[in-house]
Amino acid sequence: MSDINIRITDREGLTHDIVAPTDMSMNLMEIIRSYELAEEGTIGVCGGMAMCASCQVYVIKDPGLEPMGDEEDAMLGEAFHVEPNSRLGCQLHISDAMEGLEVEIAPYP
Amino acid sequence: MITTDILIIGAGPTGLFAVFEAGLLKMKCHIIDALPQPGGQLAELYPKKPIFDIPGYPSVNAGELVDNLMEQIKQFQPGFTLGETAISYKKVDEEWFEVVTNKGTIHRCKAIAIAGGLGTFEPRKPTMDNIADYEEKGLEYFVKEPEHFRNKKVVIAGGGDSALDWSVFLSNVASEVTLIHRRNEFRGALDSVEKVQDLKNQGKIKLITPAEVTAIKGDGKVEAITVVRDGEEPIDIETDYFIPLFGLTPKLGEISQWGLNIEKNAIVVNNALDYQTNIEGIYAIGDINTYPGKLKLILCGFHEATLMCQSVYNRLNPGKKFVLKYTTVSGVDGFDGSRKEAEKAVVKKID
Repeated sequence: MSDINIRITDREGLTHDIVAPTDMSMNLMEIIRSYELAEEGTIGVCGGMAMCASCQVYVIKDPGLEPMGDEEDAMLGEAFHVEPNSRLGCQLHISDAMEGLEVEIAPYP
Repeated sequence: MITTDILIIGAGPTGLFAVFEAGLLKMKCHIIDALPQPGGQLAELYPKKPIFDIPGYPSVNAGELVDNLMEQIKQFQPGFTLGETAISYKKVDEEWFEVVTNKGTIHRCKAIAIAGGLGTFEPRKPTMDNIADYEEKGLEYFVKEPEHFRNKKVVIAGGGDSALDWSVFLSNVASEVTLIHRRNEFRGALDSVEKVQDLKNQGKIKLITPAEVTAIKGDGKVEAITVVRDGEEPIDIETDYFIPLFGLTPKLGEISQWGLNIEKNAIVVNNALDYQTNIEGIYAIGDINTYPGKLKLILCGFHEATLMCQSVYNRLNPGKKFVLKYTTVSGVDGFDGSRKEAEKAVVKKID
Protein backbone atom coordinates (compact mmCIF):
# COMPACT_ATOMS: atom_id res chain seq x y z
CA MET A 1 0.00 0.00 0.00
CA SER A 2 1.44 3.32 -1.05
CA ASP A 3 0.55 6.70 -2.39
CA ILE A 4 2.03 8.40 -5.43
CA ASN A 5 2.44 12.07 -6.30
CA ILE A 6 0.81 13.50 -9.41
CA ARG A 7 0.78 17.07 -10.71
CA ILE A 8 -2.46 18.04 -12.45
CA THR A 9 -3.16 21.32 -14.24
CA ASP A 10 -6.90 22.01 -14.33
CA ARG A 11 -8.92 23.63 -17.13
CA GLU A 12 -8.42 27.06 -15.57
CA GLY A 13 -4.65 26.62 -15.73
CA LEU A 14 -4.17 26.09 -11.99
CA THR A 15 -1.65 23.48 -10.95
CA HIS A 16 -2.39 21.00 -8.16
CA ASP A 17 0.07 18.62 -6.54
CA ILE A 18 -2.01 15.73 -5.32
CA VAL A 19 -1.52 12.36 -3.71
CA ALA A 20 -3.21 9.33 -5.22
CA PRO A 21 -3.66 5.90 -3.59
CA THR A 22 -2.46 2.90 -5.58
CA ASP A 23 -4.55 0.37 -3.67
CA MET A 24 -8.10 1.58 -4.36
CA SER A 25 -8.18 0.47 -8.02
CA MET A 26 -8.75 4.06 -9.13
CA ASN A 27 -7.92 5.63 -12.44
CA LEU A 28 -6.74 9.14 -13.19
CA MET A 29 -10.25 10.34 -14.15
CA GLU A 30 -11.56 9.22 -10.75
CA ILE A 31 -8.65 10.91 -8.99
CA ILE A 32 -9.48 14.17 -10.77
CA ARG A 33 -13.13 13.79 -9.73
CA SER A 34 -12.33 12.91 -6.14
CA TYR A 35 -10.22 16.07 -5.83
CA GLU A 36 -12.94 18.02 -7.73
CA LEU A 37 -10.40 19.45 -10.18
CA ALA A 38 -13.02 19.56 -12.95
CA GLU A 39 -16.71 20.39 -12.60
CA GLU A 40 -19.04 17.41 -12.12
CA GLY A 41 -20.77 16.67 -15.40
CA THR A 42 -17.73 17.71 -17.43
CA ILE A 43 -15.50 14.77 -16.56
CA GLY A 44 -16.05 11.03 -16.57
CA VAL A 45 -19.36 11.55 -18.33
CA CYS A 46 -19.56 7.97 -19.67
CA GLY A 47 -18.46 6.57 -16.31
CA GLY A 48 -15.04 5.46 -17.50
CA MET A 49 -15.75 3.32 -20.56
CA ALA A 50 -13.49 5.22 -22.98
CA MET A 51 -16.65 6.39 -24.74
CA CYS A 52 -16.75 10.16 -24.29
CA ALA A 53 -13.23 11.64 -23.95
CA SER A 54 -14.39 14.05 -21.21
CA CYS A 55 -11.39 12.91 -19.15
CA GLN A 56 -8.84 13.61 -21.88
CA VAL A 57 -5.50 14.82 -20.51
CA TYR A 58 -2.26 15.96 -22.09
CA VAL A 59 0.73 14.14 -20.63
CA ILE A 60 3.38 16.72 -19.75
CA LYS A 61 5.78 14.39 -17.93
CA ASP A 62 5.54 10.66 -18.53
CA PRO A 63 7.27 8.48 -15.95
CA GLY A 64 6.39 5.38 -18.00
CA LEU A 65 2.65 4.99 -18.67
CA GLU A 66 1.19 1.78 -20.00
CA PRO A 67 0.70 1.93 -23.78
CA MET A 68 -2.73 2.83 -25.13
CA GLY A 69 -5.31 0.10 -25.68
CA ASP A 70 -7.41 -0.15 -28.86
CA GLU A 71 -10.56 1.40 -27.35
CA GLU A 72 -8.67 4.40 -25.99
CA ASP A 73 -6.86 4.87 -29.28
CA ALA A 74 -10.13 4.71 -31.24
CA MET A 75 -11.91 7.16 -28.93
CA LEU A 76 -9.06 9.63 -29.27
CA GLY A 77 -9.42 9.14 -33.02
CA GLU A 78 -12.88 10.72 -32.76
CA ALA A 79 -12.41 13.20 -29.91
CA PHE A 80 -11.80 16.92 -30.21
CA HIS A 81 -8.72 18.87 -29.04
CA VAL A 82 -6.52 15.78 -29.51
CA GLU A 83 -2.74 16.27 -29.39
CA PRO A 84 0.04 13.71 -29.83
CA ASN A 85 0.37 13.52 -26.01
CA SER A 86 -3.36 12.99 -25.38
CA ARG A 87 -4.52 10.14 -23.15
CA LEU A 88 -7.86 9.26 -21.53
CA GLY A 89 -7.68 9.58 -17.75
CA CYS A 90 -10.15 6.73 -17.26
CA GLN A 91 -7.78 4.31 -18.94
CA LEU A 92 -4.79 5.22 -16.75
CA HIS A 93 -4.92 3.01 -13.68
CA ILE A 94 -3.08 4.48 -10.74
CA SER A 95 0.06 2.44 -10.09
CA ASP A 96 3.51 2.92 -8.56
CA ALA A 97 4.94 3.38 -12.05
CA MET A 98 3.00 6.69 -12.30
CA GLU A 99 4.95 8.41 -9.51
CA GLY A 100 5.85 11.90 -10.73
CA LEU A 101 3.25 11.98 -13.55
CA GLU A 102 2.32 15.45 -14.79
CA VAL A 103 -0.82 16.06 -16.83
CA GLU A 104 -3.04 18.87 -18.02
CA ILE A 105 -6.81 18.36 -18.31
CA ALA A 106 -7.95 18.95 -21.91
CA PRO A 107 -10.95 21.16 -22.76
CA TYR A 108 -14.43 19.61 -22.99
CA PRO A 109 -16.56 19.28 -25.06
CA MET B 1 -52.70 17.96 -25.26
CA ILE B 2 -51.39 15.06 -23.21
CA THR B 3 -52.64 14.69 -19.64
CA THR B 4 -51.25 12.40 -16.99
CA ASP B 5 -50.66 12.14 -13.25
CA ILE B 6 -46.86 12.11 -13.19
CA LEU B 7 -44.85 13.54 -16.07
CA ILE B 8 -41.41 11.93 -16.08
CA ILE B 9 -38.60 13.72 -17.87
CA GLY B 10 -36.06 11.14 -18.98
CA ALA B 11 -36.66 7.56 -20.13
CA GLY B 12 -33.61 6.01 -18.45
CA PRO B 13 -33.87 3.13 -15.98
CA THR B 14 -34.97 5.37 -13.10
CA GLY B 15 -37.71 7.07 -15.12
CA LEU B 16 -38.96 3.76 -16.49
CA PHE B 17 -39.12 2.09 -13.08
CA ALA B 18 -41.03 5.06 -11.67
CA VAL B 19 -43.89 4.05 -14.00
CA PHE B 20 -44.12 0.71 -12.22
CA GLU B 21 -44.17 2.13 -8.71
CA ALA B 22 -46.69 4.81 -9.75
CA GLY B 23 -48.85 2.13 -11.35
CA LEU B 24 -49.05 0.17 -8.12
CA LEU B 25 -50.54 3.32 -6.58
CA LYS B 26 -52.95 3.72 -9.54
CA MET B 27 -51.18 6.80 -10.90
CA LYS B 28 -50.57 7.17 -14.65
CA CYS B 29 -47.26 8.29 -16.13
CA HIS B 30 -46.06 9.88 -19.35
CA ILE B 31 -42.37 10.11 -20.27
CA ILE B 32 -40.54 12.72 -22.36
CA ASP B 33 -37.07 11.95 -23.73
CA ALA B 34 -34.80 13.78 -26.16
CA LEU B 35 -33.58 10.54 -27.70
CA PRO B 36 -35.71 8.61 -30.20
CA GLN B 37 -35.74 5.44 -28.04
CA PRO B 38 -36.26 4.71 -24.34
CA GLY B 39 -33.36 3.62 -22.14
CA GLY B 40 -31.30 6.78 -21.78
CA GLN B 41 -27.55 6.24 -21.44
CA LEU B 42 -28.04 2.49 -21.30
CA ALA B 43 -29.53 2.37 -24.77
CA GLU B 44 -27.51 5.22 -26.26
CA LEU B 45 -24.03 4.75 -24.82
CA TYR B 46 -23.52 1.13 -23.86
CA PRO B 47 -26.41 -1.19 -24.81
CA LYS B 48 -24.14 -4.20 -25.27
CA LYS B 49 -22.12 -3.75 -22.09
CA PRO B 50 -22.85 -5.71 -18.91
CA ILE B 51 -23.91 -4.24 -15.54
CA PHE B 52 -22.97 -6.29 -12.48
CA ASP B 53 -24.63 -4.43 -9.60
CA ILE B 54 -28.33 -4.75 -10.33
CA PRO B 55 -29.68 -6.74 -7.37
CA GLY B 56 -30.71 -10.20 -8.46
CA TYR B 57 -28.84 -10.08 -11.75
CA PRO B 58 -25.25 -11.39 -11.56
CA SER B 59 -24.84 -9.78 -14.98
CA VAL B 60 -27.27 -8.03 -17.29
CA ASN B 61 -26.58 -6.16 -20.51
CA ALA B 62 -27.68 -2.55 -20.40
CA GLY B 63 -29.94 -2.99 -23.43
CA GLU B 64 -31.52 -6.08 -21.89
CA LEU B 65 -32.21 -4.23 -18.63
CA VAL B 66 -34.08 -1.56 -20.62
CA ASP B 67 -36.09 -4.23 -22.47
CA ASN B 68 -36.95 -5.87 -19.14
CA LEU B 69 -38.05 -2.57 -17.60
CA MET B 70 -40.25 -1.84 -20.63
CA GLU B 71 -41.82 -5.28 -20.22
CA GLN B 72 -42.27 -4.76 -16.47
CA ILE B 73 -44.13 -1.44 -16.89
CA LYS B 74 -46.15 -2.42 -19.98
CA GLN B 75 -49.43 -3.03 -18.12
CA PHE B 76 -49.36 0.49 -16.72
CA GLN B 77 -49.51 1.85 -20.27
CA PRO B 78 -47.05 4.72 -20.01
CA GLY B 79 -47.21 7.35 -22.74
CA PHE B 80 -44.05 8.49 -24.49
CA THR B 81 -43.02 11.72 -26.14
CA LEU B 82 -39.71 10.69 -27.71
CA GLY B 83 -37.23 12.78 -29.67
CA GLU B 84 -38.38 15.92 -27.88
CA THR B 85 -36.90 18.00 -25.09
CA ALA B 86 -38.84 19.55 -22.22
CA ILE B 87 -38.31 23.29 -22.49
CA SER B 88 -40.58 25.13 -20.09
CA TYR B 89 -43.00 24.48 -17.28
CA LYS B 90 -45.71 26.54 -15.65
CA LYS B 91 -48.21 26.09 -12.92
CA VAL B 92 -51.67 26.28 -14.53
CA ASP B 93 -53.67 26.15 -11.29
CA GLU B 94 -53.49 24.53 -7.86
CA GLU B 95 -53.69 21.08 -9.40
CA TRP B 96 -51.99 21.17 -12.78
CA PHE B 97 -48.54 21.79 -14.21
CA GLU B 98 -47.97 22.34 -17.91
CA VAL B 99 -44.76 21.31 -19.66
CA VAL B 100 -44.02 22.21 -23.28
CA THR B 101 -41.36 20.57 -25.46
CA ASN B 102 -39.09 22.07 -28.13
CA LYS B 103 -41.60 20.83 -30.73
CA GLY B 104 -44.52 22.47 -28.98
CA THR B 105 -46.10 19.34 -27.52
CA ILE B 106 -48.12 20.32 -24.45
CA HIS B 107 -48.28 18.02 -21.42
CA ARG B 108 -50.47 18.58 -18.35
CA CYS B 109 -49.65 16.74 -15.16
CA LYS B 110 -50.12 16.82 -11.42
CA ALA B 111 -46.47 16.25 -10.58
CA ILE B 112 -43.17 16.38 -12.48
CA ALA B 113 -40.38 13.88 -11.90
CA ILE B 114 -37.11 14.90 -13.50
CA ALA B 115 -35.15 11.73 -14.15
CA GLY B 116 -32.82 13.31 -16.64
CA GLY B 117 -29.59 11.49 -15.78
CA LEU B 118 -26.68 13.42 -17.21
CA GLY B 119 -29.01 15.80 -19.01
CA THR B 120 -30.19 16.01 -22.59
CA PHE B 121 -27.93 14.36 -25.13
CA GLU B 122 -26.85 16.87 -27.72
CA PRO B 123 -24.69 16.17 -30.76
CA ARG B 124 -21.04 17.12 -30.53
CA LYS B 125 -20.53 19.65 -33.27
CA PRO B 126 -17.34 19.99 -35.29
CA THR B 127 -15.50 23.25 -34.73
CA MET B 128 -15.95 25.31 -37.88
CA ASP B 129 -16.65 29.02 -37.99
CA ASN B 130 -19.71 29.02 -40.22
CA ILE B 131 -21.24 25.78 -38.98
CA ALA B 132 -24.45 27.36 -37.61
CA ASP B 133 -25.24 28.83 -41.05
CA TYR B 134 -25.70 25.37 -42.53
CA GLU B 135 -27.60 23.65 -39.71
CA GLU B 136 -30.76 22.07 -41.16
CA LYS B 137 -29.63 23.38 -44.57
CA GLY B 138 -27.81 20.23 -45.54
CA LEU B 139 -25.91 19.91 -42.27
CA GLU B 140 -27.57 17.27 -40.09
CA TYR B 141 -26.50 15.78 -36.76
CA PHE B 142 -29.05 12.95 -36.77
CA VAL B 143 -30.56 10.79 -39.46
CA LYS B 144 -34.19 11.24 -38.49
CA GLU B 145 -35.93 10.57 -41.78
CA PRO B 146 -33.85 8.34 -44.08
CA GLU B 147 -36.17 9.05 -47.03
CA HIS B 148 -34.97 12.63 -46.87
CA PHE B 149 -31.69 11.45 -48.35
CA ARG B 150 -33.10 9.43 -51.25
CA ASN B 151 -31.02 9.90 -54.41
CA LYS B 152 -28.96 12.62 -52.74
CA LYS B 153 -25.22 12.82 -52.23
CA VAL B 154 -24.28 12.32 -48.60
CA VAL B 155 -20.99 12.77 -46.73
CA ILE B 156 -20.77 11.20 -43.26
CA ALA B 157 -17.92 11.95 -40.87
CA GLY B 158 -17.04 9.89 -37.79
CA GLY B 159 -15.55 6.59 -36.74
CA GLY B 160 -18.02 4.99 -34.33
CA ASP B 161 -21.06 2.76 -34.60
CA SER B 162 -23.50 5.44 -35.72
CA ALA B 163 -21.22 6.62 -38.55
CA LEU B 164 -20.76 3.02 -39.70
CA ASP B 165 -24.42 2.01 -39.35
CA TRP B 166 -25.81 5.04 -41.13
CA SER B 167 -23.25 4.71 -43.93
CA VAL B 168 -24.43 1.14 -44.44
CA PHE B 169 -28.11 2.09 -44.29
CA LEU B 170 -27.86 5.14 -46.52
CA SER B 171 -25.80 3.30 -49.14
CA ASN B 172 -29.13 1.79 -50.25
CA VAL B 173 -30.99 5.10 -50.21
CA ALA B 174 -28.64 7.90 -51.22
CA SER B 175 -27.11 8.21 -54.68
CA GLU B 176 -23.62 8.49 -53.19
CA VAL B 177 -22.24 7.89 -49.69
CA THR B 178 -18.80 9.08 -48.64
CA LEU B 179 -17.46 8.17 -45.20
CA ILE B 180 -14.64 10.27 -43.80
CA HIS B 181 -12.70 9.45 -40.62
CA ARG B 182 -9.55 10.73 -39.01
CA ARG B 183 -8.14 7.22 -38.66
CA ASN B 184 -7.96 4.12 -40.79
CA GLU B 185 -9.41 2.17 -37.86
CA PHE B 186 -13.09 2.29 -36.95
CA ARG B 187 -14.52 1.72 -33.50
CA GLY B 188 -17.71 -0.26 -33.70
CA ALA B 189 -19.39 -3.62 -33.67
CA LEU B 190 -17.39 -6.05 -35.79
CA ASP B 191 -20.24 -6.79 -38.20
CA SER B 192 -20.77 -3.06 -38.90
CA VAL B 193 -17.08 -2.65 -39.75
CA GLU B 194 -17.22 -5.70 -42.02
CA LYS B 195 -20.35 -4.47 -43.79
CA VAL B 196 -18.71 -1.13 -44.57
CA GLN B 197 -15.66 -3.00 -45.88
CA ASP B 198 -17.93 -5.06 -48.19
CA LEU B 199 -19.80 -2.01 -49.44
CA LYS B 200 -16.53 -0.20 -50.03
CA ASN B 201 -15.27 -3.15 -52.07
CA GLN B 202 -18.51 -3.09 -54.10
CA GLY B 203 -18.02 0.63 -54.71
CA LYS B 204 -21.21 1.54 -52.82
CA ILE B 205 -19.43 3.55 -50.13
CA LYS B 206 -16.52 5.86 -50.81
CA LEU B 207 -14.07 5.82 -47.91
CA ILE B 208 -11.66 8.68 -47.26
CA THR B 209 -9.20 7.99 -44.39
CA PRO B 210 -7.25 9.27 -42.56
CA ALA B 211 -8.83 12.58 -43.33
CA GLU B 212 -10.73 15.45 -41.82
CA VAL B 213 -13.49 17.74 -43.07
CA THR B 214 -12.16 21.27 -42.63
CA ALA B 215 -14.84 23.45 -44.22
CA ILE B 216 -18.39 23.55 -45.54
CA LYS B 217 -19.13 25.47 -48.72
CA GLY B 218 -22.33 26.58 -50.36
CA ASP B 219 -24.66 29.51 -50.89
CA GLY B 220 -27.35 29.27 -48.19
CA LYS B 221 -27.10 25.48 -48.11
CA VAL B 222 -24.48 22.76 -48.17
CA GLU B 223 -23.08 22.32 -51.69
CA ALA B 224 -19.61 20.96 -50.99
CA ILE B 225 -17.21 20.15 -48.19
CA THR B 226 -13.45 20.51 -48.06
CA VAL B 227 -11.48 17.43 -47.03
CA VAL B 228 -7.83 17.19 -46.10
CA ARG B 229 -6.34 13.74 -46.25
CA ASP B 230 -3.21 13.37 -44.13
CA GLY B 231 -0.24 14.84 -45.93
CA GLU B 232 -2.24 15.88 -49.01
CA GLU B 233 -3.66 19.09 -50.47
CA PRO B 234 -7.27 19.95 -49.53
CA ILE B 235 -9.92 18.82 -52.01
CA ASP B 236 -13.57 19.82 -52.39
CA ILE B 237 -16.27 17.18 -52.64
CA GLU B 238 -19.71 18.10 -53.96
CA THR B 239 -22.52 16.93 -51.71
CA ASP B 240 -26.13 17.65 -50.77
CA TYR B 241 -25.76 16.62 -47.12
CA PHE B 242 -23.00 16.60 -44.55
CA ILE B 243 -23.68 14.46 -41.47
CA PRO B 244 -21.00 14.69 -38.76
CA LEU B 245 -21.56 11.88 -36.22
CA PHE B 246 -19.09 12.57 -33.43
CA GLY B 247 -21.18 11.26 -30.58
CA LEU B 248 -23.43 12.99 -28.10
CA THR B 249 -22.65 15.08 -25.09
CA PRO B 250 -25.07 15.59 -22.20
CA LYS B 251 -26.20 19.06 -21.16
CA LEU B 252 -28.55 20.04 -18.36
CA GLY B 253 -30.20 22.32 -20.91
CA GLU B 254 -33.40 24.33 -20.43
CA ILE B 255 -34.21 22.68 -17.10
CA SER B 256 -31.39 24.74 -15.61
CA GLN B 257 -33.60 27.81 -16.27
CA TRP B 258 -36.60 26.50 -14.31
CA GLY B 259 -35.57 28.10 -11.05
CA LEU B 260 -34.46 24.83 -9.52
CA ASN B 261 -31.65 24.83 -7.01
CA ILE B 262 -28.67 23.57 -9.02
CA GLU B 263 -25.24 22.64 -7.76
CA LYS B 264 -22.41 21.08 -9.80
CA ASN B 265 -24.68 20.27 -12.77
CA ALA B 266 -27.14 18.41 -10.53
CA ILE B 267 -30.53 19.34 -9.05
CA VAL B 268 -30.44 19.76 -5.29
CA VAL B 269 -33.20 17.88 -3.48
CA ASN B 270 -33.50 19.03 0.06
CA ASN B 271 -33.88 15.61 1.56
CA ALA B 272 -33.67 11.90 1.03
CA LEU B 273 -37.31 11.60 2.11
CA ASP B 274 -39.11 12.11 -1.19
CA TYR B 275 -36.56 13.80 -3.52
CA GLN B 276 -38.72 16.87 -4.01
CA THR B 277 -36.88 19.94 -5.32
CA ASN B 278 -37.17 23.51 -4.08
CA ILE B 279 -40.30 23.78 -6.28
CA GLU B 280 -43.25 21.95 -4.73
CA GLY B 281 -44.54 19.18 -6.93
CA ILE B 282 -41.32 18.91 -8.94
CA TYR B 283 -39.12 15.98 -7.99
CA ALA B 284 -35.63 14.99 -9.18
CA ILE B 285 -34.64 11.32 -9.12
CA GLY B 286 -31.68 9.26 -10.31
CA ASP B 287 -28.33 10.57 -11.49
CA ILE B 288 -29.62 14.11 -12.00
CA ASN B 289 -30.17 14.88 -8.31
CA THR B 290 -27.79 15.52 -5.46
CA TYR B 291 -28.14 15.37 -1.68
CA PRO B 292 -25.82 14.42 1.16
CA GLY B 293 -24.84 10.81 0.68
CA LYS B 294 -25.93 10.70 -2.97
CA LEU B 295 -24.67 7.78 -5.03
CA LYS B 296 -25.14 7.73 -8.77
CA LEU B 297 -26.20 4.12 -9.07
CA ILE B 298 -29.12 2.60 -10.97
CA LEU B 299 -30.23 0.74 -7.85
CA CYS B 300 -30.34 4.01 -5.90
CA GLY B 301 -32.41 5.55 -8.71
CA PHE B 302 -34.96 2.75 -8.31
CA HIS B 303 -35.24 3.50 -4.60
CA GLU B 304 -35.62 7.22 -5.23
CA ALA B 305 -38.33 6.58 -7.83
CA THR B 306 -40.25 4.49 -5.30
CA LEU B 307 -40.18 7.11 -2.55
CA MET B 308 -41.07 9.84 -5.04
CA CYS B 309 -44.22 7.94 -6.06
CA GLN B 310 -45.33 7.55 -2.43
CA SER B 311 -44.89 11.28 -1.94
CA VAL B 312 -46.86 12.16 -5.07
CA TYR B 313 -49.65 9.81 -3.95
CA ASN B 314 -49.88 11.59 -0.62
CA ARG B 315 -49.96 14.97 -2.35
CA LEU B 316 -52.70 13.94 -4.75
CA ASN B 317 -54.77 12.06 -2.18
CA PRO B 318 -54.43 14.02 1.03
CA GLY B 319 -55.61 12.05 4.03
CA LYS B 320 -56.54 9.00 1.96
CA LYS B 321 -55.55 5.79 3.71
CA PHE B 322 -53.35 3.27 2.00
CA VAL B 323 -50.80 0.70 3.01
CA LEU B 324 -47.67 -0.50 1.32
CA LYS B 325 -48.56 -3.54 -0.78
CA TYR B 326 -46.35 -6.47 -1.61
CA THR B 327 -46.77 -7.53 -5.23
CA THR B 328 -46.48 -11.19 -4.25
CA VAL B 329 -49.48 -10.79 -1.93
CA SER B 330 -51.62 -8.33 -3.87
CA GLY B 331 -50.61 -9.10 -7.44
CA VAL B 332 -50.34 -6.40 -10.08
CA ASP B 333 -53.46 -4.93 -11.70
CA GLY B 334 -52.63 -3.27 -15.00
CA PHE B 335 -54.48 -0.28 -16.45
CA ASP B 336 -55.01 -2.52 -19.48
CA GLY B 337 -57.22 -4.84 -17.40
CA SER B 338 -54.53 -7.47 -17.02
CA ARG B 339 -53.79 -9.06 -13.68
CA LYS B 340 -50.64 -10.77 -12.53
CA GLU B 341 -50.77 -12.77 -9.33
CA ALA B 342 -49.05 -15.52 -7.42
CA GLU B 343 -50.47 -18.97 -7.90
CA LYS B 344 -52.72 -20.06 -5.08
CA ALA B 345 -51.30 -22.69 -2.78
CA VAL B 346 -52.94 -26.06 -3.07
CA VAL B 347 -54.92 -27.16 -0.06
CA LYS B 348 -55.46 -30.86 -0.35
CA LYS B 349 -55.58 -33.77 1.96
CA ILE B 350 -52.85 -36.38 1.73
CA ASP B 351 -54.16 -39.85 2.40
